[in-house]
Amino acid sequence: MTFPTIDALQGALSGRRYIADRGLATSIFLALALRRPLLLEGEAGVGKTEVAKVLAAVLETDLIRLQCYEGLDVAHAVYEWNYPRQLLEIRLLQAEGALDRRAAERELFSREFLIRRPLLAALEHGGPPPVLLIDELDRADEEFEGYLLELLSDFQITIPELGTIQAAEPPIVVLTSNRTRELHDALKRRCLFHWIDYPDPAKELEILRAKAPEAPQRLAEQVAAFVAELRRAELYKKTGVSESLDWIAALVALDRQELDAETVDETLGLILKNQEDVEAIRGERARGILHRALAGGAHSAG
Amino acid sequence: MSRLLPNLVRFGRLLHDLGLDIQAGRMLDVARALPLIDIGRRQDFYYTLRTLLIHRADDLALFDQAFRAFWRPPRGERTRRDLRALGEQRRYGRPRVEQESLRADAESPEAASAPAPSPEKVELRTYSGRESLRQKDFGKLTAEELEQARALLAQFRWEPGFRRTLRWRGGGGRRPDLRQIVRDASRGAPETLALPGRERRRKPRPIVLLCDVSGSMERYSRMLLQLMVSITEGFQRVEAFVFATRLTRITLPLRAARRARAASPFAGRLAALAPDWSGGTRIGEALRAFHLHWARRVSSRGPVVLLISDGWDRGDPAALSREMARLQRGCHRLIWLNPLLGSPEYQPLTRGMQAALPFVDDFLPVHNLASLEDLAQRLNSLPDRRRSRRARTP
Repeated sequence: MTFPTIDALQGALSGRRYIADRGLATSIFLALALRRPLLLEGEAGVGKTEVAKVLAAVLETDLIRLQCYEGLDVAHAVYEWNYPRQLLEIRLLQAEGALDRRAAERELFSREFLIRRPLLAALEHGGPPPVLLIDELDRADEEFEGYLLELLSDFQITIPELGTIQAAEPPIVVLTSNRTRELHDALKRRCLFHWIDYPDPAKELEILRAKAPEAPQRLAEQVAAFVAELRRAELYKKTGVSESLDWIAALVALDRQELDAETVDETLGLILKNQEDVEAIRGERARGILHRALAGGAHSAG
Repeated sequence: MSRLLPNLVRFGRLLHDLGLDIQAGRMLDVARALPLIDIGRRQDFYYTLRTLLIHRADDLALFDQAFRAFWRPPRGERTRRDLRALGEQRRYGRPRVEQESLRADAESPEAASAPAPSPEKVELRTYSGRESLRQKDFGKLTAEELEQARALLAQFRWEPGFRRTLRWRGGGGRRPDLRQIVRDASRGAPETLALPGRERRRKPRPIVLLCDVSGSMERYSRMLLQLMVSITEGFQRVEAFVFATRLTRITLPLRAARRARAASPFAGRLAALAPDWSGGTRIGEALRAFHLHWARRVSSRGPVVLLISDGWDRGDPAALSREMARLQRGCHRLIWLNPLLGSPEYQPLTRGMQAALPFVDDFLPVHNLASLEDLAQRLNSLPDRRRSRRARTP
C-alpha cells in the first residue's frame, strides 16, 4: 500500500499523532513508492524509531523489530536451530533404535526445529508486507552490516540445510542509526537517507500538543521554548524530543500550569541525562535559559 | 520534464565533481521518483533529490548549497564561480592530501626531495651509532639524525592488544558449542566424548592519539608527528587529534600521508590544518571538545588513549581533572606520554600535571627512541582486561 501524494502521507502520520516535516514525509513517501529501505539518522530521541512504529500503524501491518547490539550475529538476527530440541529428538531416535543417519539429518534440520529471528520472520511473513525496523544499526558490528547488505538487495536468506528462502513481497525496511560510528557507504547507497534534526520550537510545540493534549497550552509553549533554548548550550547529551515529552508528562502529573525556576531545577533530570550537564545547567544557567524562553514565548505570542 | 532530465544529469555530475558519492543508478531512481511528486513544489523537489542522492549527514550542507546554486533561475555562466567556491570549501572541510600538494607545501626543499631512507641503510649503521641515537633527546636531534630516527621509527610495530568482542567462534573455549554437538550427534556419534567448545572472537583494540602541539612542545613536535604517522601506518584503527587551544582531527590527513608515503613534508601541511599550532595549551578545553564532538564516534569499543603533552596547561585545573576523569572512564587504558619525563630531575609539579595524574593509568616518557621502544613493548603486551581503577571523583 502506498499513498497517492506526500500530503496524504503526512496527513495519515499526523492522524496517528506523528508530526513529520516535509522532508521526512517526502523520504517516507518515496521509500514506499520506490520500495527502498529508508535509513534514518539523527541524535538520540528525535523520533527515528517512532517512524517505523507509526508507519506500521498507518499501513495497518505488523512491525517486526530487530534491536541491534554489539555481538549481534546470524543466530540472533536471522535464524537458529533449536539445539535442545534437536538433542532430545536424537535421544528419542536412539532409544527407539531408529537412528538412521541420513533420515535423521533431514528430519532434524527441518522447519520444525527452526527458530525464526526477526529478519527471517520478516521474509516469511504472510499477508501484507510488514514493516521491518532495524534499530540502532551503528551498534552492531561491521560484519553484520555486510550480511545485511546482501539481505537488503535480494530479500532472500540462504539456510544451508534448507535452501533459499525468498520473500514473496519484500518488507518495508526502516533502519536507524545514532551515528556512534559511520555506516558503510555500500549499505547507505541501497537506502533512501534522511537526517532527522531536532525540531524547531514551533514543530516541537505541535508534537507536544499532539502527544500530550492534556497539558495546558501555555505550559507546552514554555516547554518547547525552554528545550529549544537549552539545546543551544554546549551539552554532552542534548535533550531529545522523547525527553521533552517525558518532561511535559511529569509537569502535568505535578499539576504545574507554568514553568518556574524551582520546578525546572527539581525536574532537570528528566531532560538532561548526564550528571555533568545537570550540574552545569542547574541554578543560575537554568534561570537564564528560562528567562530567555519566557521572553521569547511572550514575544511570539504578542 | 524534457528539459529537466539533461539538467538532472548535469546536477548529478556536479555533485560527483564536488566529491559526493553519487552513482548512476541513483539518477535512474530520481527519474522514477519525479513523476510521483509535484515537481512544481520546489521543497518536494529538493527533498526528493536529497533523500535519493545523499546518504551521509556530513554532505547535507554541501548538497544544500549546490542545490541552491544550480536550481535557480538561469543566468548564463554565473553559476560556475559559486560552484568552484563550493569545491574549495569542501576541500577545506575534508582535507585530501595529495602527494604533489604535500611536496609543494614542504617547509624546506631538502626535506621534500629526500626520499625516505630504506631500512637496509639503517641496518648498516654501527651499534654504538644507533645506541646514541636511541638515547638522544628528540629536541636535540640534528636534521640528519631526525631522518635516521624516522627510518627506525618506521620499523616499529604497534599492537595495543585485543579486545574480546561479543561474537562467537567455534573451536576451543570452555562454552559448549551446541551447534557442533547436534551436528556430531546427528551423524550418529554414539556418545559425545569431547565436548566441542566455542569462544568469543577477538579484535585488535583501537587507538586514539591526542597530541599537544602548543609552543612548549614545539621542539618535540616533528618527532611526535612521526610517531603518530608510524602508529597510523602499522595499524588500521587509529584516530588522531592535535590540540593547543583548539582541537583538530588529523586522522584523514595522516592516512593520506601514509598512502603518499611522504611523512616529512607533512608537518608543514599539518600546520595549515591546525591553526593554533604552537600557541598556548588548554588541555581541559581540548578534551572537552573531544568529548562533545568526537568521543561518541571515535572512542567507542574500548580504545587505548595516548595523550601526548608536557602538561604546561594554561586552562582551569578543575576543568582538566573533570575531563580527564571522563576520558579515563571511556577508554580501556589512558596513557600519558610526557617528553619532559625523560629528564631525571623532572617532577610533575605543574598544576596541569597535578590535576591530570590521578586519572592516568600509565605515565611514561616520550623523549627518545628508547622510550618509544618501551612504549611499543608496553602497548604490545597490554592485558585484555581493563586495569582496575579506584573510583575517583574529580
